[in-house]
Amino acid sequence: MNFEFSEEQLMIQQAARDYAQRELIKDVLERDASGEFPTHHIKNLADLGFLGMLVDTKYDGGGMDTVSYVLAMEEISKVDSSCAVVMSVNNSLVCYGIEKYGSEEQKEKFLKPLARGEKIGAFLLSEPEAGSDATSQRTTAIDKGDHYLVNGTKNWITNANSGSTYLVIAQTDAAKGHKGINCLIVDKNSPGITLGPHEDKMGMRSSDTHSVMFNDVKVPKENRIGEDGFGFKFAMKTLEGGRIGIASQALGIASGAFERSVQYAKERKAFGKEIGYHQAVAFKLADMAVKIENARNLCLKAAWLKDQGKPYGTASAMAKQYAADIAMEVTTEAVQIHGGYGYVKEYHVERLMREAKLTQIYEGTSEIQKIVISRDVLS
Amino acid sequence: MKILVCISNVPDTTTKIRFNAEKTEFDKTGVQWIINPWDELALTRALELKEGSGGAVECVDVASVNLIDAEPTIRKALAIGADKAFRVNAMPKDAYFVAGQLAEVVKSGGYDLVLCGIESSDYNGSAVGGMLAEFMDYNSVSAVSGINLDGGKITINREIDGGKEVLNISAPLVAVVQKGIAIDPRIPNMRGIMMARQKPLTVSEPTGIDALTSFETYELPAPKAACKMIDPENVKQLIDLLHNEAKAI
Ligand SMILES: Cc1cc2nc3c(=O)[nH]c(=O)nc-3n(C[C@H](O)[C@H](O)[C@H](O)COP(=O)(O)OP(=O)(O)OC[C@H]3O[C@@H](n4cnc5c(N)ncnc54)[C@H](O)[C@@H]3O)c2cc1C
Repeated sequence: MNFEFSEEQLMIQQAARDYAQRELIKDVLERDASGEFPTHHIKNLADLGFLGMLVDTKYDGGGMDTVSYVLAMEEISKVDSSCAVVMSVNNSLVCYGIEKYGSEEQKEKFLKPLARGEKIGAFLLSEPEAGSDATSQRTTAIDKGDHYLVNGTKNWITNANSGSTYLVIAQTDAAKGHKGINCLIVDKNSPGITLGPHEDKMGMRSSDTHSVMFNDVKVPKENRIGEDGFGFKFAMKTLEGGRIGIASQALGIASGAFERSVQYAKERKAFGKEIGYHQAVAFKLADMAVKIENARNLCLKAAWLKDQGKPYGTASAMAKQYAADIAMEVTTEAVQIHGGYGYVKEYHVERLMREAKLTQIYEGTSEIQKIVISRDVLS
Repeated sequence: MKILVCISNVPDTTTKIRFNAEKTEFDKTGVQWIINPWDELALTRALELKEGSGGAVECVDVASVNLIDAEPTIRKALAIGADKAFRVNAMPKDAYFVAGQLAEVVKSGGYDLVLCGIESSDYNGSAVGGMLAEFMDYNSVSAVSGINLDGGKITINREIDGGKEVLNISAPLVAVVQKGIAIDPRIPNMRGIMMARQKPLTVSEPTGIDALTSFETYELPAPKAACKMIDPENVKQLIDLLHNEAKAI
């Protein structure tokens, strides 16, 4: 067993840390207030190679392993989860999905610009009536011979406006239930697509979330990923990997709040000493440290399994459920350690607490992760 | 034009400094090593010069006098964008020794412009650049905070007491650079990180020049004395403490 990172993994971690601590930190509070999309940061992260870091170099990606991805996601999320989620959706849902299951033509046409970060991808599974229960898709993709005709509404779509390559999950044959579902690669600029307003969210406010309406949208047949009826399996398999991204995001939110808390506990004085030397605060820090270490190990284990080509579905569900839940606990304690200062924006921890909440909800709620884990335990 | 950037391998600036029991050696356990911050800025500027030169700058290479454990730092420089690296396989004993070894690299590579950081953030000697210029009989300017190339002409900005100075100078040149030479050190991209191991890193053995100095002992600075707070109303107590305890008045 070896807990050491390679030189390249450490360089990637440092590169992500440098960008986050030097650049993202500059305007993260303003963007949290305004909800403005971080266009220039996404461009810079693309130039650094972070948006397609997991994609093979032959498709213009970074060719990095999932362990490096966890390290990078943690560093970016310590500062700015709105940027981290763009990175996560693009890498581990859209690029991964096309690379793993797409045809060679689809990879040439769609994957390469996504891997270079010239285009951003979005993953359209959830609907107003289909969240956790993703099988009850109402969006339809009717087979019209040489194309599909797509109708319906998708909800809560990250990168809906900033992205231009959509992976849309839709029902082709309702009689076949989830085996009648397909995944189609859809250009956002296709006629018949309209976006709902930018969602005014509690956290990750500068990531763009919209509902997306499809009205008789024609999608060429060659844009279907895999065989007819592969869409639901595609979505579930892709989300297994996606969870490693969101787990690492939650880890980063927790460790970002923790680092700020340690610093604060060393500086802030009360009753004649630094608050970190009051045992009640010191023990909070100890508990936070243990939780973060556990979350990190779960994320890295899931990533390692994926890199080794071993099954990682349960491991990624464990990482996501645990990291998201402790991110909520750790950030709540971070606010507590900061006292009144923790409750105002300037000190960042209340923002991290708002961001942590989302990691328990998207890409499968904590409850859904427990369903996945317990099914495996009982099988 | 060929540019060489000299790289030293230094402990991360947040390292807790410790020595061995005899206080004759720096304790390297658990230390995180980085490119000396001034050298990293120098490399960044060198790459900018190359990119803006329309092909006039043929290469930006890096050189370091260090044992093998410095190779991750050297490869980081390759990841950032240097074309080739040279490592002289020796402990960097003192400035004279290091400058002498670097001179061999400059000679054999025929570099016209050499950039050195103004000092290394560990020993702060500020001597290698000047000595290297002397070994090579190159022009030399220190405390350079800006450098531009225009054909064969090199323009240099320097911070001087109370102002700035602009110089025109010709190659061959050793420029000893300080803060301001580049805004921020360049962050390596994925492609660079992947390529770093494939770029040439040539190792050579040191030549005859030997160090002129050696380290006897190291000492940590004395811990800061405790601070006593005195009520602003109580001037008498202040005078009493300054006189009797601090013996300052
Ligand atoms: C900001 C944001 C961005 C998002 N981005 C995307 C995106 O890019 N693409 C996309 O497709 N989706 C996205 N989502 C949607 C997200 O994945 C869903 O919100 C999530 O899956 C939960 O679905 P729901 O909101 O319909 O909640 P519901 O499924 O209605 O769940 C409500 C509650 O019931 C619980 N629950 C449901 N079923 C069970 C059960 N069987 N057992 C126990 N508890 C259960 C849930 O855990 C939850 O607590 C995003 C959501 C948000 C908020």
